[in-house]
Amino acid sequence: MSDQQGEDPAITLYRLQACPFCERVVRRLEELDLAFESRFVEPLHSERNAVKRVAGTRTVPVIVDEHTGVTMAESENIVEYLDRTYGEERLAPSEA
Amino acid sequence: MVSFDVTELPPADPPARGESAPEFVRPLVGAEYWENAALSELAETGPVVLVFYPMDGAFPATYMWTEIRDRGWGADADATVVGVSISTPYEHGAFIDRYDLEYRLFSDPANGVAERYGVVHDLDGMAGVTEPRPAVVLVDGDRTVRYTWAAEEWPEFPPYDETEDAIAEL
Repeated sequence: MSDQQGEDPAITLYRLQACPFCERVVRRLEELDLAFESRFVEPLHSERNAVKRVAGTRTVPVIVDEHTGVTMAESENIVEYLDRTYGEERLAPSEA
Repeated sequence: MVSFDVTELPPADPPARGESAPEFVRPLVGAEYWENAALSELAETGPVVLVFYPMDGAFPATYMWTEIRDRGWGADADATVVGVSISTPYEHGAFIDRYDLEYRLFSDPANGVAERYGVVHDLDGMAGVTEPRPAVVLVDGDRTVRYTWAAEEWPEFPPYDETEDAIAEL
């Protein structure tokens, strides 16, 4: 399992337990077989200062990708970014 | 002398000085988030003090962590001080907040870490609940045990001065 061990993968996912938007990103990370580390934050929006600091927003999910230097919020954008960067789509640059 | 009756605990079996401390991975909870962390990861940056303690909310938990906080353990970065209890990450978050702790706490609801470290306490009157007894295990950067203490009575509190001496001797 990609996020069970103590290693430090390049992708960090800020997530909230049971948040469907976060699960959607997790599913795609797993589909793409990408190693990532989960950081779970508080349900209370006002207490998510760690997320605010890295991403400028308190919404989750947020990913920080050290491969590319990208920090991104909003699950739809994240999934699209992952597909573009690591998925099949990256093999078809003409579409970009 | 304590002014209340204490209960004797069955013998503990913590790793001995010189042995390699068992590796484990559990959610490590800080003030803002939690993530899986391995003991070996913490040891990479130097000595680690593992403080096993009763569930957040029990008075020994409060006594131990306010004492450790007031003594400033780990403040000069001579060691990483972390707790281990059966409380959930949410409870750890509230506990850290309430007592203004700058320490991170491992969440181990199934008590597997205490089992591996031989410091289990089966709680009387709480069916099915086991937790760590108060215990301290100091490991160096190679995960070799350099100092161990485990409670023999309930309640009993860590020998703080002795632990500080052990940290200073590293």
